[in-house]
Amino acid sequence: MKLLVIAGPPSAGKTALTKQIVKRFKDELRIAFLKIDVVKAYEDVELSKEFQIMTRKIYSGDLCPDHAGVMVLGDAVEWAESNSADLFIVESAGLCLRCSPYLNQGLGVVVLSSISGIHAPEKMGAMVSLADIVMVTKIDLVSQAEREVLIQKIREVHPHVTLMETNALQGTSLQRLYGLISNSEDIDIAHLSLKGNPPIGTCTICVGKKEVGWKHHFGVVKKLDGQIADYMYRGE
Amino acid sequence: MIKAITILPGLDKGGERERFDQLNLKAGETVSIVGPTGSGKTAFISDIELLAQGDTSTRRRILINGELPGDEIRYNPASKPIAMITQNTKCFTDLSTEEFLQLHARARKIEDGRIITDTIDLANKFTGEKIRKETRVTVLSGGQTRSLLIADAILIGAAPVIMLDEIENAGIFKQEVVEIIKSTSKIIIFVTHDPVIALLTKKRIIMENGAVIKVLTQNEFETRAAKNLLELDKRVGIIREKLRAGQEITSEILQASLA
Repeated sequence: MKLLVIAGPPSAGKTALTKQIVKRFKDELRIAFLKIDVVKAYEDVELSKEFQIMTRKIYSGDLCPDHAGVMVLGDAVEWAESNSADLFIVESAGLCLRCSPYLNQGLGVVVLSSISGIHAPEKMGAMVSLADIVMVTKIDLVSQAEREVLIQKIREVHPHVTLMETNALQGTSLQRLYGLISNSEDIDIAHLSLKGNPPIGTCTICVGKKEVGWKHHFGVVKKLDGQIADYMYRGE
Repeated sequence: MIKAITILPGLDKGGERERFDQLNLKAGETVSIVGPTGSGKTAFISDIELLAQGDTSTRRRILINGELPGDEIRYNPASKPIAMITQNTKCFTDLSTEEFLQLHARARKIEDGRIITDTIDLANKFTGEKIRKETRVTVLSGGQTRSLLIADAILIGAAPVIMLDEIENAGIFKQEVVEIIKSTSKIIIFVTHDPVIALLTKKRIIMENGAVIKVLTQNEFETRAAKNLLELDKRVGIIREKLRAGQEITSEILQASLA
């Protein structure tokens, strides 16, 4: 079974891209689809209606969506595998930009709209820098020069990423992506792990204590002033 | 170096194959694409821009110098041989004009810093309202954005193929644009509804229902007609600029410009 993890902010074109991929592969591969979202998602219904593929969705609700993703993905991979899927597509929510949902196997694709703003690639952190492929969408809405400027920014964040531009609604110029999916290796379910480092989550806030102030809390937490531990990621 | 672009037929809006075997555009050639709105003009040039290989809605394929373009020129913007000015007159990038051009020059691997000022100076030849290097590209007017993008395509894009989608629409000085662009050995493609631009080009591609239905070559009579029309257009231009500058049109101005 091949695995494709698609990430990106809301309304970037993840589902439009997913639909093109499903349309292209549905006759040669058995496709399973999982949507992970926080509050509301319709993609599973849309895709199963339009293409008659197996779909599931999961809401993370109060749980951190990446946390939910990691926990659920094990079950979901087994679900896809037990239904003899050849291609398992996971579409992830916009998330908080601290983490990325990509795994050590399969392909990780980030979808970025060409109107998302010039600083978006930098701000999106691991979602861009750990992706295997960047898909820039909505290219019909901006000038070529502007697209090149955005691509340059993405390359400065992630110099060796495979980068493609598309109008995902029309499915323009996707042959190269299809080739990469076709040639991607089957995953080894026993050895799936996250590509990125998870955040630190050992403090009392994380376990639900609501009181304000230092005296109520312990764990690795940030102070208003002064030093925090050297091993902590502080953002740029 | 690009010597020729070949367009292989695709499908019209009804799914019928286009009725030409191949279309060749050579270096130094100016081409206009004409036809009613919705006839597929913009789709035609975006096929060229994307170096389509049957993977766009039209299913056309594009060859460069008679060969399939390699991945490097298809996918690396720094070596993309085609610069296209779309009808977009809005930039979303929140940068100053100078920063925008610097970033684009970096994408195109241009080291010489003078290119930024040169590009802004060139853009200012095309537009009535001057662009300053500190101006954010998000607040440029439609005409300023167009002018900047054309200057950018000529100097920073510096591509052997330049495509312009309806440059007449943005209130810029099209005479200047046409003159500067014509003096190169590039392949220049205009999508246009403007009779002057259409007559000034060597080749005219006529579109209908998503397909190329005819290709005409400029004849001698048309070349003369183009000259007359160009004169007329310049005079209309003079009156337009006077109106824009807040002047009243007097009989002297009218005589001088229509003489």
